Amino acid sequence: MTQNYYQKEIETMPYEEMKKLQSEKLVKQVKHVYENVPYYKNLMDEKGVKPEDIQSIDDLHKLPFLTKADLRDAYPYGLLAKPLDNCVRIQSTSGTTGRRVVAFYTQKDIDLWEDCCARAIVAAGGTNKDVCQVAYGYGLFTGGPGLNGGSHKVGCLTLPLSSGNTERQIQFMTDLQATILCCTPSYAAYIGETLKEQGYKPEDIPLKAGIFGAEPWTEEMRRGIEKVLGIKAYDIYGLTEITGPGVSFECSEQTDMHVNEDHFYAEIIDPETGEVLPEGSKGELVFTSLDKEAFPLLRYRTRDICVLTRKKCSCGRTLIKMAKPMGRTDDMLIIRGVNVFPSQIETVLLNEGYDPNYQIVVDRVKNNDTFDVNVEMTPEKFTDKVAEIVAMEKSLAAAMKTMLGINPSVHLVPPKSIARSEGKAVRVVDKRKLI
Amino acid sequence: MAIKQLTVFVENKQGTVVSVTKLLSKENINIRALSIAETEGFGILRLIVNDEATAVKTLANEGYLIKITEVVGVKIGDTPGKLSEALEVLDNSEINVEYLYAFMARTEKHAYVVLRVEDNNKAEDVLEAAGFHLVTDADVNKL
Repeated sequence: MTQNYYQKEIETMPYEEMKKLQSEKLVKQVKHVYENVPYYKNLMDEKGVKPEDIQSIDDLHKLPFLTKADLRDAYPYGLLAKPLDNCVRIQSTSGTTGRRVVAFYTQKDIDLWEDCCARAIVAAGGTNKDVCQVAYGYGLFTGGPGLNGGSHKVGCLTLPLSSGNTERQIQFMTDLQATILCCTPSYAAYIGETLKEQGYKPEDIPLKAGIFGAEPWTEEMRRGIEKVLGIKAYDIYGLTEITGPGVSFECSEQTDMHVNEDHFYAEIIDPETGEVLPEGSKGELVFTSLDKEAFPLLRYRTRDICVLTRKKCSCGRTLIKMAKPMGRTDDMLIIRGVNVFPSQIETVLLNEGYDPNYQIVVDRVKNNDTFDVNVEMTPEKFTDKVAEIVAMEKSLAAAMKTMLGINPSVHLVPPKSIARSEGKAVRVVDKRKLI
Repeated sequence: MAIKQLTVFVENKQGTVVSVTKLLSKENINIRALSIAETEGFGILRLIVNDEATAVKTLANEGYLIKITEVVGVKIGDTPGKLSEALEVLDNSEINVEYLYAFMARTEKHAYVVLRVEDNNKAEDVLEAAGFHLVTDADVNKL
């Protein structure tokens, strides 16, 4: 098949040239951050690293890491590298105030982000003749805005449906002959099942490709979606801290994702020692933003366990490839595309007067995540009236929804009934078998 | 006057009721009345026993979440319409019955009913005024 690229020169750049480009950008970026972000300057000073010590990408390992804890400490403006006058947008992750990430963008940052998404759309076969339906959430979540911008750059007719309202999705998809669908894989599967129930055969559905991300999914799920929708399904990866979707994307080969490494330099480190590991090693994925202006994180630890490989790809792209993340170094769960930390559940329970004895049970039923939280009943809360206990469960679910942005089913259970391991309740049971 | 009901919080799954009744029988505790309310996830056992102090101790030792709820016990004639009469009395006084269940009565002419209401004293007053006999803990122990 003929290969199309959105920015061919970058996407097929020989490795040595890419390295030179990355080095030039990094030297400039480190200087920019050192001069404009006192928080990171302090980290560098503590480590005894000066901007002059960074002469090429090979010096990157000298720089200190940033973690989610730094983002929390520096919230909201501590890692901002441009005056607010130059910023045009924020995006944010869901979560508590403590965990919330607010990322700032200049117009240039938005442009490069949208370019990255455009590369993903073109790699999936998109052109200006396509009709691109964006069914990711719009708003603070990066999914909708990112793919919307990418779709514009490619010149697709963009259908900004946002998430939900499946009947309307299907109506626009069929009436306006959408050819590319962008959403979470579980929502794609759901749309597919709904179409099937309505009697649509894959060949009746105008779609040819889908770009699905924001949550883990398996090869099996990919084949299922491809079959029911009659499309090719491509993965896309990203995180708000770095930019949003489009940090990396799949090409026609559908194996691993090309990192847009002219903007986001990827490293794999040993999560224990912080040491950089050689290509092909499994470890924690770390990103350095090489040319973002407003929120340029250097050596940000994603907590995703991953492998990087730089081998020849049949699509012709030379961009380094990352595997689908194979797990986390922390306890974060991704449920229906939303990041959930067990500690957030704990906070809600303490706020609501419960003991922090709980268990999160996640499963995937018909390609949709189920999210149950079992909470041990306390003697103080216990009553002989069923309706009152049911009301307690509902009110806890509502408080968790406010905290997380997604709705769990809460079940009050007898004390000590949650399985314990070495005296501690087992907090998370993830039955989805995604890896 | 009110009688003491044991309220036990259990999971709604096979075997939970029998594990409670077994524990009680080991201690020679007699169950006079038993009612179960359940949802898909949990169940609430409500028990009237002849020795609630031992019952509470036994179940609490086994880790059960248990509390004592004061309920009204009323003796009604074992003829059609008698329960309605008692309920009407409460209704006329605007007393809402949260739940009720029957005793396993061993007399020929009477049935015993347990009533859960917000205001036990008021319920007892109106029932007595209407000529109903109330059941006491002492009565329960004698059953």
